[in-house]
Amino acid sequence: MAEIGHYALILALAVAIAQGVLPVLGYWRGDQRLLGIGVSGAQTQFALVVLAYAALSLAFVDNDFSLTYVASNSHSQLPLIYRLSAVWGAHEGSLLMWLLMLTGWGFAVSLSSRRLPPDIAALVLATMGAISVGFLLFMLATSNPFERQFPVPAEGRDLNPLLQDPGLIIHPPMLYMGYVGFSVAFSFAIAALITGKLDLAWARWTRPWTTTAWLFLTMGITLGSWWAYNELGWGGWWFWDPVENASFMPWLVGTALIHSLAVTEKRGVLKSWTVLLAILAFALSLLGTFLVRSGVLVSVHAFATDPARGVFILAFLTIVLGAALLLYAWRAPRLVSDGAVQLVSREGLLLLNNVFLVAAAAAVLIGTLYPLVIDALGLGKISVGPPYFNAIFLPLMVPLAVLVGLSARIGWKRAKLGEALWSLRWVALTTLIAAVLLPYVLERSFAWLAIAGTALSVWLMIGALLDVTHRVRSRRDRWQGLRSIPAATWGMTLAHFGLGVWTLGVTYAGLFSVEKDVRLGPGQSAEIGAYTFTFQGTEHREGANYQSDLGTVFVERSGQPIATLNPEKRLYPSQRSVMTESAVDHNPRRDLYVALGEPIGDADWALRLYYKPFMRMVWFGGVLMFFGGILAASDRRYRLERSALKAPVTSAQTAAT
Amino acid sequence: MLRFAIPVVVLLGLLALLGIGLRLDPREVPSPLIGKMAPAFDLPNLDGSARITPLDLQGRPVLVNFFASWCAGCQVEHPVLMKLAREYGVEIVGIDYKDTREAAEQWLARHGNPYRIIVADALGQAGLDWGVYGVPETFVLSADGRVVYKQIGPMTDAAWRDKIAPLLAQGSASR
Repeated sequence: MAEIGHYALILALAVAIAQGVLPVLGYWRGDQRLLGIGVSGAQTQFALVVLAYAALSLAFVDNDFSLTYVASNSHSQLPLIYRLSAVWGAHEGSLLMWLLMLTGWGFAVSLSSRRLPPDIAALVLATMGAISVGFLLFMLATSNPFERQFPVPAEGRDLNPLLQDPGLIIHPPMLYMGYVGFSVAFSFAIAALITGKLDLAWARWTRPWTTTAWLFLTMGITLGSWWAYNELGWGGWWFWDPVENASFMPWLVGTALIHSLAVTEKRGVLKSWTVLLAILAFALSLLGTFLVRSGVLVSVHAFATDPARGVFILAFLTIVLGAALLLYAWRAPRLVSDGAVQLVSREGLLLLNNVFLVAAAAAVLIGTLYPLVIDALGLGKISVGPPYFNAIFLPLMVPLAVLVGLSARIGWKRAKLGEALWSLRWVALTTLIAAVLLPYVLERSFAWLAIAGTALSVWLMIGALLDVTHRVRSRRDRWQGLRSIPAATWGMTLAHFGLGVWTLGVTYAGLFSVEKDVRLGPGQSAEIGAYTFTFQGTEHREGANYQSDLGTVFVERSGQPIATLNPEKRLYPSQRSVMTESAVDHNPRRDLYVALGEPIGDADWALRLYYKPFMRMVWFGGVLMFFGGILAASDRRYRLERSALKAPVTSAQTAAT
Repeated sequence: MLRFAIPVVVLLGLLALLGIGLRLDPREVPSPLIGKMAPAFDLPNLDGSARITPLDLQGRPVLVNFFASWCAGCQVEHPVLMKLAREYGVEIVGIDYKDTREAAEQWLARHGNPYRIIVADALGQAGLDWGVYGVPETFVLSADGRVVYKQIGPMTDAAWRDKIAPLLAQGSASR
């Protein structure tokens, strides 16, 4: 069965080569039949990769330890769900998952291709085919998950226990969907550069794909953060680790791309900038892959690293990005904007938003690569940590938050700043009052950072709603007004509101968290504020493939019992590794977090206790952005048939010429 | 227009940097012990029949290899150590790190014993003093008991050929 998977991959490579080359030839010669190979190629390739993926999954289900990859990442005692998720638990299989998604995105594009002009559809699919060639070669040459080994081991070495967690079942697929999804926007950008056609229609085709990739990435990052909080046992939710940064940079640039696409669609300006962002978002996704798998940077996310793989990905990066950016240098000057951008206008503010987002991405990139630069120059070994990132990144987020509220009241083309500001006076006043009161009411504090954070968060939440309220008020029939609001606007509102919620969480969890490291024996207790944590001791438990010490901690608030928490310390014998499962009691207002440290003496344990106000809001904000993305991507106007789009296309083209 | 070529130029710089980065090993942290005397310890040997101190390691260059029966990387490097001991007559001192006597003896019986002396560091005290942050790690000591090189992670043929063998040759030539 494994051999079938292997052959399917080889066949997929042949198909991908055809898909990458023939449609371009067809475009060159104006041959419709060759153009059509893009669509059939993408669909065949997807079917083949699904087959390969199914073959590998089956090998995991059957505990086929004759496959090196299965033997290294599974165990006969491993629960079935983790055997299925172990498919993407290490380098080789996660590449296959990556490929499955790449071809899946290609398949989706091919299904909607009849809404596109045949030449654009063919060029987009050819670009995706070419990317796929690179990944297939990479897999077959350096990282084949179907490799057999002899003698066949009796037992597998088990899946890394860090990955045996429900959060980690869906976190990587979501993340990869986002990473790989940017390949669609990238391919559209390449098609636009080749054909020189970049108009309203192009922006409309590209927007839903970009938003969809972005929403998956948003969810992937949110889940990753949630997992780190629960599983790593030190109470943090973001560490500015190189691998986290690798996922965050494409997110920042992708967010910028979503906004600049809006400008390109509405006003026909910033065209070459939008194309560049589309290339960069995918470039950063590829760079992330390189950083994670080549071992050039030290990270807590252990992927088996191998310099040969690094060389391959680097060569791939050079070819794909070099070609894309050369094409950009050559063709982008021809993408003429339909007008100029005024700073005081919605597009002007969106451009500012882009500047800040890209600057933030650049700051993260510099911080991530800085240790590498210093090392390459022979100046020693350093690591760049949260102090740098927080000092650089947070100030860049402030103007972004301010812009959200402002841009809701500023029109396209040309606007009067004074009028817009005056119309925001009540919002500003509300924000100020809330900013001074809330920190005091919630945490008895007048710290200026808390006031500033609250101000931004409230401003964001109210500002997010302004577009909707404005649209409702401008109609005589309010209900009619509410119903006429397009899904895209609802999506934007929800996502911006989510950003406000996130800001609230970051501010309060960041400023008012209390952490205590204590040594407790059974019956002893420790206090954080009004909360009393009483340790009841630990007992020994046997899990499916691990042994654990299960602790019990009673939490009371002013004498009232609130929760019983069971933090756990698990030993996975097959991997000889110890995992911390922290226990959290949460409500929207606060998290109470307990993690077991080490046993001290007979029955005493080191315990870590945390009180984290509004911790949930950090992830809830991410979830709101995710749903906002879904709403925005589902807007009806993106699914119009080609015929319906014809009229605006021609008018936009004549306007451009 | 030149400004459209800026991204390509930035990309080239970035690729060059990453290319250099590939040849560097971020895990290779220089040991502060290099050039200093080997840290002191006073521990039993594996069967508990004698006590070993750094004085026992002086007078000839030796490799001090921190290993453990529970360590996967140690199995990877084991054939290399066996070859060094057997074919090149290198004296290797094993420090059995956070391990039990039974487990270590079983492990050595199965994989072979490349060590002239084995020190039992059951609690990992010596490991702490030597700055070991993961087994396997191998230190090269000169005849006068100074640390001249530290290998982090499994010993490899390449590390022996390019780094350690020249150091040992130098050491014996200068004597």
